[in-house]
Amino acid sequence: MTDTIQHHLTDGLLMAYSAGTLPEAFNLTIAAHVTMCDACRARLYAFDSVGGALLSDQNCASMAPGSMQASLAAAKAGRAAPSPPRRRSILPAPLISYIGGDLADIKWRPVGMGVRQAILPTDKRASARLLYIPAGSAVPDHGHRGTEMTLVLQGSFADDTARFAKGDIEIADEDLNHTPVADIGDDCICLAATDAPLRFRGLIPRIAQPFLRI
Amino acid sequence: MTCTIDTCPNDLASFTGAFRNVFAAGCRTPGVMSIEKSGSVQVPANRQSDNSRWTVCIGRIRDDADEDAFAELFDHFAPRIKGYLIKSGASATLAEECAQDVMATLWQKAHQFDPSRASAATWIFTIARNRRIDALRKSRRPEPEDIDWGPEPPPDQADVLALEQASEDLSRAISSLPDKQKALIEAAYFHDLSHSEIADQTGLPLGTIKSRIRLALDRLRHAMN
Repeated sequence: MTDTIQHHLTDGLLMAYSAGTLPEAFNLTIAAHVTMCDACRARLYAFDSVGGALLSDQNCASMAPGSMQASLAAAKAGRAAPSPPRRRSILPAPLISYIGGDLADIKWRPVGMGVRQAILPTDKRASARLLYIPAGSAVPDHGHRGTEMTLVLQGSFADDTARFAKGDIEIADEDLNHTPVADIGDDCICLAATDAPLRFRGLIPRIAQPFLRI
Repeated sequence: MTCTIDTCPNDLASFTGAFRNVFAAGCRTPGVMSIEKSGSVQVPANRQSDNSRWTVCIGRIRDDADEDAFAELFDHFAPRIKGYLIKSGASATLAEECAQDVMATLWQKAHQFDPSRASAATWIFTIARNRRIDALRKSRRPEPEDIDWGPEPPPDQADVLALEQASEDLSRAISSLPDKQKALIEAAYFHDLSHSEIADQTGLPLGTIKSRIRLALDRLRHAMN
């Protein structure tokens, strides 16, 4: 899987994810991509190392008296939360808890022309949704005000810039207007996150936009 | 010249032994280690690296619930974690509480530390960062799924040493960055610079550490399959 990925995260996004300053919807999308992509995982761990170096270099703030004993007592009293159980799924693991299950449990809502979506619960600074695009169908032509990330989970799509297959992530910004079209052959499922509403160019989608919450 | 540490045996007891051997003096004698691709980078014989000291401490906590090792780590890291949290906008009280939590988490998760993928300082940074997000942002940061699935193979000792060396090189490189550039990177990590404000060309020399980590990941994938 990991070797076939052509489209990766940017350094800016990886550094911000490592620093822990991104909206939750972006965190989720990045965690899902990194689960599938060892190249970006290595880059992410390198950015974590920058954090480690900065921490080592940090000015000290002296701890309260007795703090070490208090911390040790808390450590011994508590137990680390157990890791979540592993599941075999076509979905990357970070998505499972947001869906509350697997692919079959996604609550799709039609948004027109055969395209379906499911909005995932995240903090309000950005939104995340799953998109289901039937083979050969298009998502309406749209531009972006902020950043939009689209991660392919199944199938593939192409737009004016390139073709994106499973594991690939497209980072779109204000300069890109595009009409993603799912390839013939397999329905396409994507995870899309954006920190601003999309701008659709046609009239109908624009009227529908408040209802679709995209 | 290569580091002649045996490849790791499978059982935990010998793993622990091998883990410790890495830090035995023998491995730090002149000319023993040379792992970089050109063979040109060597660990100076007389420098006891901080990172390897902390790695040993975490190993002692994991294996022996060693409270002295905890105290040593606490003395070094807790004030730095507190400083990091205050710089990120926490009050002194909150920062104190969170720094204690971070160190308690370190104790509880010592068995999860993999020194072939992160230095001790890096691993502690990730715990502190997660605590900071919980405390200050009341937000969530989902993590990628870990690669290891089932019984984890012991880290390759050459990988551990190479990663340690690369981490130290990176630390030195960051300290010697021009002030302006260093300030930008600190702002990204401490002051919520948005991702679009972070340049995609950070000028950080991450090539070596990235390829070291990638090798360790490939080895782990290979072992898991």
